Amino acid sequence: MSIMSYNGSAIIAMAGKDCVGIAADRRLGIQLKTVSTDFTKTFQMQPKLFVGLAGLATDVQTLHNLLEFRMSLFKLREERDMPPEVVNNLLSTLLYEKRFGPYFVEPIVAGLDEDNKPFLSCMDLIGSSVKANDFVVSGTCTGNMFGMCEALYRPDLNPDELFEALAQSLLSSVDRDAMSGWGGVVHIITKDGVMTKELKGRMD
Amino acid sequence: MSDTVLGIQYDGGVLIACDQSNARSILLYQTNIDKIKELTSHTMMGVSGPNCDLVNFTEYIEKNLNLYELENDGTKLSTKAQANFCRNTLATALRKGPYQVDVLLGGYDTVKKQAELYFMDHLAALQKVSYNAQGYAAYFCLSIMDRDYIKGLGYDDALEIMNKCIKALHKRFLLSQPNFIIKIVDKDGVRVVSVGADPADT
Repeated sequence: MSIMSYNGSAIIAMAGKDCVGIAADRRLGIQLKTVSTDFTKTFQMQPKLFVGLAGLATDVQTLHNLLEFRMSLFKLREERDMPPEVVNNLLSTLLYEKRFGPYFVEPIVAGLDEDNKPFLSCMDLIGSSVKANDFVVSGTCTGNMFGMCEALYRPDLNPDELFEALAQSLLSSVDRDAMSGWGGVVHIITKDGVMTKELKGRMD
Repeated sequence: MSDTVLGIQYDGGVLIACDQSNARSILLYQTNIDKIKELTSHTMMGVSGPNCDLVNFTEYIEKNLNLYELENDGTKLSTKAQANFCRNTLATALRKGPYQVDVLLGGYDTVKKQAELYFMDHLAALQKVSYNAQGYAAYFCLSIMDRDYIKGLGYDDALEIMNKCIKALHKRFLLSQPNFIIKIVDKDGVRVVSVGADPADT
Protein backbone atom coordinates (compact mmCIF):
# COMPACT_ATOMS: atom_id res chain seq x y z
CA MET A 1 0.00 0.00 0.00
CA SER A 2 1.65 3.17 -1.18
CA ILE A 3 0.65 6.42 0.46
CA MET A 4 0.26 8.00 -2.97
CA SER A 5 -2.43 5.48 -3.87
CA TYR A 6 -4.24 5.55 -0.50
CA ASN A 7 -7.05 7.75 -1.79
CA GLY A 8 -6.74 7.31 -5.58
CA SER A 9 -6.69 9.97 -8.28
CA ALA A 10 -6.26 10.63 -11.99
CA ILE A 11 -5.61 14.04 -13.55
CA ILE A 12 -4.76 14.96 -17.15
CA ALA A 13 -4.07 18.40 -18.61
CA MET A 14 -3.72 19.06 -22.36
CA ALA A 15 -2.91 22.03 -24.53
CA GLY A 16 -4.82 23.08 -27.61
CA LYS A 17 -4.82 26.05 -29.94
CA ASP A 18 -5.03 29.06 -27.57
CA CYS A 19 -6.75 26.89 -24.99
CA VAL A 20 -5.91 24.39 -22.23
CA GLY A 21 -7.97 21.70 -20.65
CA ILE A 22 -7.73 19.85 -17.36
CA ALA A 23 -9.65 16.70 -16.50
CA ALA A 24 -9.86 14.74 -13.26
CA ASP A 25 -11.72 11.79 -11.81
CA ARG A 26 -14.13 12.24 -8.87
CA ARG A 27 -13.35 9.36 -6.54
CA LEU A 28 -12.42 9.73 -2.90
CA GLY A 29 -11.53 6.31 -1.56
CA ILE A 30 -9.90 4.87 1.51
CA GLN A 31 -7.92 2.01 0.07
CA LEU A 32 -10.49 -0.42 -1.30
CA LYS A 33 -13.54 1.45 0.02
CA THR A 34 -15.14 4.31 -1.96
CA VAL A 35 -16.22 7.15 0.32
CA SER A 36 -17.43 9.78 -2.11
CA THR A 37 -17.98 10.30 -5.83
CA ASP A 38 -17.76 14.07 -5.95
CA PHE A 39 -14.36 14.85 -4.49
CA THR A 40 -12.76 17.94 -6.05
CA LYS A 41 -9.15 17.65 -7.19
CA THR A 42 -9.03 20.53 -9.68
CA PHE A 43 -9.19 24.06 -8.38
CA GLN A 44 -9.75 27.26 -10.31
CA MET A 45 -7.23 29.53 -8.63
CA GLN A 46 -7.66 32.38 -11.13
CA PRO A 47 -9.94 33.17 -14.09
CA LYS A 48 -7.51 31.49 -16.51
CA LEU A 49 -5.60 29.13 -14.25
CA PHE A 50 -6.34 25.71 -12.80
CA VAL A 51 -4.29 23.63 -10.40
CA GLY A 52 -4.89 19.89 -10.25
CA LEU A 53 -3.70 18.04 -7.16
CA ALA A 54 -3.31 14.26 -7.23
CA GLY A 55 -2.28 12.17 -4.25
CA LEU A 56 -3.22 11.98 -0.58
CA ALA A 57 -6.60 13.70 -0.11
CA THR A 58 -5.71 15.48 3.12
CA ASP A 59 -2.62 17.02 1.53
CA VAL A 60 -4.64 17.92 -1.60
CA GLN A 61 -6.91 19.99 0.66
CA THR A 62 -4.06 21.38 2.80
CA LEU A 63 -2.04 22.40 -0.26
CA HIS A 64 -5.10 23.96 -1.89
CA ASN A 65 -5.62 26.10 1.22
CA LEU A 66 -1.92 27.04 1.32
CA LEU A 67 -1.90 27.93 -2.37
CA GLU A 68 -5.11 29.95 -2.05
CA PHE A 69 -3.48 31.87 0.84
CA ARG A 70 -0.22 32.57 -0.97
CA MET A 71 -1.89 33.53 -4.25
CA SER A 72 -4.31 35.86 -2.47
CA LEU A 73 -1.37 37.55 -0.73
CA PHE A 74 0.38 37.97 -4.09
CA LYS A 75 -2.77 39.50 -5.58
CA LEU A 76 -3.11 41.94 -2.68
CA ARG A 77 0.53 43.00 -2.79
CA GLU A 78 1.15 43.11 -6.54
CA GLU A 79 -2.38 44.00 -7.72
CA ARG A 80 -2.18 41.55 -10.62
CA ASP A 81 -2.94 37.89 -11.27
CA MET A 82 -0.17 35.40 -10.68
CA PRO A 83 1.24 34.17 -14.01
CA PRO A 84 1.17 30.38 -14.45
CA GLU A 85 4.95 30.16 -14.47
CA VAL A 86 5.11 31.91 -11.11
CA VAL A 87 2.44 29.58 -9.68
CA ASN A 88 4.55 26.67 -10.89
CA ASN A 89 7.61 28.04 -9.09
CA LEU A 90 5.64 28.81 -5.93
CA LEU A 91 4.27 25.28 -5.77
CA SER A 92 7.73 23.90 -6.40
CA THR A 93 9.15 25.92 -3.50
CA LEU A 94 6.28 25.06 -1.16
CA LEU A 95 6.84 21.36 -1.79
CA TYR A 96 10.63 21.42 -1.49
CA GLU A 97 10.39 23.25 1.85
CA LYS A 98 9.03 19.94 3.15
CA ARG A 99 11.78 17.93 1.47
CA PHE A 100 12.24 15.54 4.42
CA GLY A 101 8.57 15.30 5.37
CA PRO A 102 6.73 16.04 2.13
CA TYR A 103 3.16 16.73 1.15
CA PHE A 104 2.05 13.60 -0.69
CA VAL A 105 0.71 15.36 -3.76
CA GLU A 106 1.85 15.57 -7.37
CA PRO A 107 0.41 18.82 -8.73
CA ILE A 108 -0.42 19.92 -12.25
CA VAL A 109 -0.58 23.59 -13.27
CA ALA A 110 -2.67 24.37 -16.35
CA GLY A 111 -3.49 27.85 -17.57
CA LEU A 112 -3.16 30.62 -20.11
CA ASP A 113 -0.39 33.17 -19.69
CA GLU A 114 -0.74 36.91 -20.30
CA ASP A 115 -0.58 36.40 -24.09
CA ASN A 116 -3.24 33.66 -23.83
CA LYS A 117 -0.66 31.03 -24.74
CA PRO A 118 -1.16 27.63 -23.08
CA PHE A 119 0.97 26.75 -20.05
CA LEU A 120 1.27 23.20 -18.71
CA SER A 121 3.48 21.79 -16.00
CA CYS A 122 3.55 18.93 -13.56
CA MET A 123 5.77 18.10 -10.64
CA ASP A 124 6.60 15.34 -8.22
CA LEU A 125 5.92 15.41 -4.48
CA ILE A 126 9.15 17.27 -3.67
CA GLY A 127 8.67 19.97 -6.25
CA SER A 128 10.75 19.03 -9.27
CA SER A 129 8.71 20.45 -12.11
CA VAL A 130 8.69 19.98 -15.84
CA LYS A 131 6.89 22.04 -18.48
CA ALA A 132 5.23 20.51 -21.53
CA ASN A 133 3.73 21.66 -24.81
CA ASP A 134 1.34 18.78 -25.26
CA PHE A 135 0.01 17.08 -22.13
CA VAL A 136 0.80 16.26 -18.51
CA VAL A 137 -0.61 13.52 -16.28
CA SER A 138 -0.65 12.72 -12.57
CA GLY A 139 -2.26 10.12 -10.34
CA THR A 140 -2.50 6.39 -9.71
CA CYS A 141 -2.78 5.33 -13.36
CA THR A 142 -0.16 7.50 -15.06
CA GLY A 143 0.92 4.59 -17.28
CA ASN A 144 -2.60 4.28 -18.70
CA MET A 145 -2.97 8.04 -19.07
CA PHE A 146 0.36 8.50 -20.89
CA GLY A 147 -0.62 5.79 -23.37
CA MET A 148 -4.09 7.23 -24.01
CA CYS A 149 -2.83 10.81 -24.36
CA GLU A 150 -0.05 9.80 -26.75
CA ALA A 151 -2.61 8.06 -28.91
CA LEU A 152 -5.34 10.71 -28.90
CA TYR A 153 -3.35 13.96 -28.77
CA ARG A 154 -2.78 16.11 -31.86
CA PRO A 155 -1.28 19.62 -31.85
CA ASP A 156 -3.53 22.68 -32.25
CA LEU A 157 -6.83 21.20 -31.17
CA ASN A 158 -9.77 23.59 -30.91
CA PRO A 159 -11.74 23.64 -27.61
CA ASP A 160 -14.33 21.05 -28.67
CA GLU A 161 -11.71 18.65 -30.06
CA LEU A 162 -9.62 19.21 -26.92
CA PHE A 163 -12.58 18.33 -24.72
CA GLU A 164 -13.15 15.11 -26.67
CA ALA A 165 -9.49 14.10 -26.50
CA LEU A 166 -9.27 14.84 -22.76
CA ALA A 167 -12.53 13.12 -21.88
CA GLN A 168 -11.78 9.94 -23.82
CA SER A 169 -8.20 9.77 -22.52
CA LEU A 170 -9.36 10.09 -18.92
CA LEU A 171 -12.28 7.69 -19.13
CA SER A 172 -10.35 4.91 -20.84
CA SER A 173 -7.42 5.29 -18.43
CA VAL A 174 -9.44 5.16 -15.22
CA ASP A 175 -11.56 2.23 -16.42
CA ARG A 176 -8.51 0.01 -16.00
CA ASP A 177 -7.56 1.40 -12.59
CA ALA A 178 -9.34 0.28 -9.44
CA MET A 179 -8.34 3.33 -7.41
CA SER A 180 -9.60 6.07 -9.73
CA GLY A 181 -12.71 6.85 -11.72
CA TRP A 182 -16.29 7.00 -10.40
CA GLY A 183 -17.06 9.95 -12.66
CA GLY A 184 -15.05 12.74 -14.21
CA VAL A 185 -14.95 16.47 -14.73
CA VAL A 186 -13.34 18.45 -17.57
CA HIS A 187 -12.53 22.17 -17.60
CA ILE A 188 -11.59 23.87 -20.88
CA ILE A 189 -9.95 27.27 -20.45
CA THR A 190 -10.02 29.77 -23.32
CA LYS A 191 -9.41 33.52 -23.34
CA ASP A 192 -13.20 33.99 -23.23
CA GLY A 193 -13.81 31.85 -20.19
CA VAL A 194 -13.99 28.39 -18.71
CA MET A 195 -16.27 25.60 -19.90
CA THR A 196 -16.90 22.85 -17.37
CA LYS A 197 -18.47 19.51 -18.22
CA GLU A 198 -19.17 16.47 -16.04
CA LEU A 199 -18.37 13.07 -17.52
CA LYS A 200 -20.62 10.05 -17.29
CA GLY A 201 -18.42 7.03 -16.86
CA ARG A 202 -18.36 3.57 -15.31
CA MET A 203 -19.23 3.86 -11.63
CA ASP A 204 -16.95 1.15 -10.44
CA MET B 1 -11.99 0.94 13.11
CA SER B 2 -14.08 -0.92 15.63
CA ASP B 3 -16.24 2.03 16.65
CA THR B 4 -19.40 2.46 14.63
CA VAL B 5 -20.55 5.88 13.49
CA LEU B 6 -23.47 6.19 11.05
CA GLY B 7 -24.76 9.43 9.57
CA ILE B 8 -27.67 10.31 7.28
CA GLN B 9 -28.64 13.77 6.07
CA TYR B 10 -32.33 14.14 5.30
CA ASP B 11 -34.50 17.04 4.24
CA GLY B 12 -34.32 19.39 7.24
CA GLY B 13 -31.82 17.65 9.49
CA VAL B 14 -29.09 15.12 10.15
CA LEU B 15 -29.22 11.86 12.08
CA ILE B 16 -26.06 10.41 13.60
CA ALA B 17 -25.86 7.07 15.39
CA CYS B 18 -22.92 5.74 17.38
CA ASP B 19 -22.35 2.54 19.28
CA GLN B 20 -22.01 2.95 23.02
CA SER B 21 -19.15 0.56 23.73
CA ASN B 22 -15.88 1.77 25.24
CA ALA B 23 -13.35 -0.99 24.83
CA ARG B 24 -9.64 -1.57 24.47
CA SER B 25 -8.13 -4.87 23.32
CA ILE B 26 -10.05 -7.64 25.08
CA LEU B 27 -11.45 -5.44 27.81
CA LEU B 28 -14.87 -3.76 27.67
CA TYR B 29 -14.79 -0.74 30.00
CA GLN B 30 -18.39 0.37 29.60
CA THR B 31 -21.38 0.01 27.31
CA ASN B 32 -23.11 3.31 27.87
CA ILE B 33 -20.65 5.91 26.58
CA ASP B 34 -21.91 8.82 24.48
CA LYS B 35 -19.64 9.31 21.45
CA ILE B 36 -21.73 12.00 19.78
CA LYS B 37 -20.52 15.37 21.02
CA GLU B 38 -22.52 18.55 20.72
CA LEU B 39 -20.19 21.21 19.35
CA THR B 40 -22.54 24.18 19.19
CA SER B 41 -26.28 24.66 19.39
CA HIS B 42 -26.75 23.34 15.85
CA THR B 43 -23.84 20.97 15.20
CA MET B 44 -22.80 17.60 16.53
CA MET B 45 -19.94 15.25 15.81
CA GLY B 46 -19.99 11.45 15.98
CA VAL B 47 -16.46 10.25 16.69
CA SER B 48 -14.65 6.91 16.48
CA GLY B 49 -11.21 6.21 17.88
CA PRO B 50 -9.34 5.86 21.18
CA ASN B 51 -11.21 7.48 24.04
CA CYS B 52 -8.34 9.84 24.87
CA ASP B 53 -8.22 11.35 21.38
CA LEU B 54 -12.02 11.37 21.18
CA VAL B 55 -12.33 13.45 24.34
CA ASN B 56 -9.34 15.73 23.71
CA PHE B 57 -10.21 16.46 20.11
CA THR B 58 -13.92 17.11 20.64
CA GLU B 59 -13.39 19.23 23.74
CA TYR B 60 -10.72 21.30 21.96
CA ILE B 61 -13.06 21.93 19.00
CA GLU B 62 -16.08 22.62 21.21
CA LYS B 63 -14.24 25.13 23.41
CA ASN B 64 -12.65 26.92 20.47
CA LEU B 65 -15.96 27.24 18.64
CA ASN B 66 -17.46 28.67 21.82
CA LEU B 67 -14.52 31.08 22.12
CA TYR B 68 -15.14 32.30 18.58
CA GLU B 69 -18.73 33.11 19.46
CA LEU B 70 -17.64 34.97 22.59
CA GLU B 71 -14.90 36.90 20.78
CA ASN B 72 -17.06 37.81 17.79
CA ASP B 73 -20.12 39.23 19.46
CA GLY B 74 -22.27 36.11 19.20
CA THR B 75 -21.58 35.39 15.50
CA LYS B 76 -22.09 31.71 14.87
CA LEU B 77 -19.83 29.83 12.48
CA SER B 78 -21.58 27.97 9.66
CA THR B 79 -21.47 24.18 9.59
CA LYS B 80 -19.04 24.35 6.66
CA ALA B 81 -16.75 26.67 8.61
CA GLN B 82 -16.88 24.44 11.68
CA ALA B 83 -16.07 21.38 9.57
CA ASN B 84 -13.12 23.16 7.99
CA PHE B 85 -11.92 24.29 11.42
CA CYS B 86 -11.95 20.64 12.51
CA ARG B 87 -10.07 19.68 9.35
CA ASN B 88 -7.40 22.30 9.87
CA THR B 89 -6.92 21.26 13.51
CA LEU B 90 -6.56 17.63 12.48
CA ALA B 91 -4.29 18.44 9.50
CA THR B 92 -1.95 20.59 11.61
CA ALA B 93 -1.75 17.91 14.28
CA LEU B 94 -1.19 15.20 11.65
CA ARG B 95 2.53 15.78 11.34
CA LYS B 96 3.07 16.72 14.99
CA GLY B 97 0.92 14.52 17.22
CA PRO B 98 -1.98 13.08 15.28
CA TYR B 99 -5.47 12.54 16.68
CA GLN B 100 -6.58 9.07 15.60
CA VAL B 101 -10.22 10.03 15.21
CA ASP B 102 -12.60 9.45 12.32
CA VAL B 103 -15.63 11.71 12.50
CA LEU B 104 -19.00 12.43 10.99
CA LEU B 105 -19.97 16.04 11.59
CA GLY B 106 -23.63 16.93 11.18
CA GLY B 107 -25.15 20.37 11.44
CA TYR B 108 -28.11 22.55 10.55
CA ASP B 109 -27.19 25.87 8.98
CA THR B 110 -29.72 28.36 10.38
CA VAL B 111 -28.82 30.98 7.78
CA LYS B 112 -28.97 28.82 4.65
CA LYS B 113 -31.74 26.76 6.25
CA GLN B 114 -30.28 23.43 5.26
CA ALA B 115 -28.76 20.38 6.90
CA GLU B 116 -25.22 19.31 6.11
CA LEU B 117 -23.22 16.18 6.89
CA TYR B 118 -19.43 16.03 6.64
CA PHE B 119 -17.19 12.96 6.56
CA MET B 120 -13.63 13.33 7.89
CA ASP B 121 -11.11 10.55 8.27
CA HIS B 122 -8.18 10.58 10.71
CA LEU B 123 -5.83 11.94 8.01
CA ALA B 124 -8.07 15.03 7.72
CA ALA B 125 -9.62 14.41 4.33
CA LEU B 126 -12.93 16.30 4.47
CA GLN B 127 -15.91 15.68 2.20
CA LYS B 128 -19.53 16.79 2.31
CA VAL B 129 -21.80 13.73 1.94
CA SER B 130 -25.48 12.79 2.07
CA TYR B 131 -24.81 9.69 4.17
CA ASN B 132 -21.79 7.70 5.28
CA ALA B 133 -20.37 5.48 7.98
CA GLN B 134 -17.09 5.22 9.86
CA GLY B 135 -15.30 2.07 10.98
CA TYR B 136 -15.89 -1.54 10.02
CA ALA B 137 -19.59 -0.72 10.08
CA ALA B 138 -19.11 0.99 6.72
CA TYR B 139 -18.54 -2.37 5.07
CA PHE B 140 -21.97 -3.50 6.28
CA CYS B 141 -24.00 -0.31 6.17
CA LEU B 142 -22.86 1.72 3.16
CA SER B 143 -24.54 -0.61 0.69
CA ILE B 144 -27.81 -0.49 2.66
CA MET B 145 -27.66 3.30 2.57
CA ASP B 146 -26.71 3.31 -1.15
CA ARG B 147 -29.78 1.23 -1.89
CA ASP B 148 -32.38 2.97 0.27
CA TYR B 149 -31.30 6.61 0.31
CA ILE B 150 -33.15 8.96 -2.02
CA LYS B 151 -32.63 12.68 -2.29
CA GLY B 152 -35.19 14.66 -0.30
CA LEU B 153 -36.20 11.85 2.00
CA GLY B 154 -37.80 12.71 5.32
CA TYR B 155 -37.01 12.08 8.99
CA ASP B 156 -39.01 8.85 9.26
CA ASP B 157 -37.35 7.27 6.24
CA ALA B 158 -33.92 8.31 7.46
CA LEU B 159 -34.55 6.79 10.89
CA GLU B 160 -35.81 3.61 9.20
CA ILE B 161 -32.56 3.32 7.21
CA MET B 162 -30.58 3.93 10.40
CA ASN B 163 -32.43 1.18 12.24
CA LYS B 164 -31.96 -1.17 9.27
CA CYS B 165 -28.22 -0.57 9.45
CA ILE B 166 -28.10 -1.18 13.19
CA LYS B 167 -30.09 -4.40 12.73
CA ALA B 168 -27.62 -5.55 10.07
CA LEU B 169 -24.70 -4.85 12.41
CA HIS B 170 -26.34 -6.71 15.27
CA LYS B 171 -26.84 -9.71 13.04
CA ARG B 172 -23.58 -9.83 11.09
CA PHE B 173 -20.86 -7.77 12.77
CA LEU B 174 -18.45 -9.86 14.82
CA LEU B 175 -18.04 -7.30 17.59
CA SER B 176 -20.99 -7.10 19.93
CA GLN B 177 -22.32 -3.55 20.04
CA PRO B 178 -25.69 -3.95 21.77
CA ASN B 179 -26.33 -0.29 22.53
CA PHE B 180 -26.62 2.57 20.06
CA ILE B 181 -27.23 6.24 20.71
CA ILE B 182 -28.98 8.20 17.97
CA LYS B 183 -29.01 12.00 17.91
CA ILE B 184 -30.70 14.44 15.59
CA VAL B 185 -29.86 18.02 14.61
CA ASP B 186 -32.44 20.19 12.87
CA LYS B 187 -33.73 23.76 13.09
CA ASP B 188 -34.51 23.23 16.78
CA GLY B 189 -30.96 22.16 17.65
CA VAL B 190 -29.33 18.97 18.83
CA ARG B 191 -31.26 16.37 20.82
CA VAL B 192 -31.29 12.65 21.55
CA VAL B 193 -33.61 10.42 19.53
CA SER B 194 -32.94 7.13 21.23
CA VAL B 195 -30.44 5.66 23.62
CA GLY B 196 -29.40 2.05 24.19
CA ALA B 197 -28.11 2.62 27.69
CA ASP B 198 -28.29 5.89 29.60
CA PRO B 199 -24.83 7.57 29.47
CA ALA B 200 -25.52 9.33 32.75
CA ASP B 201 -25.93 6.04 34.57
CA THR B 202 -22.54 5.48 36.20
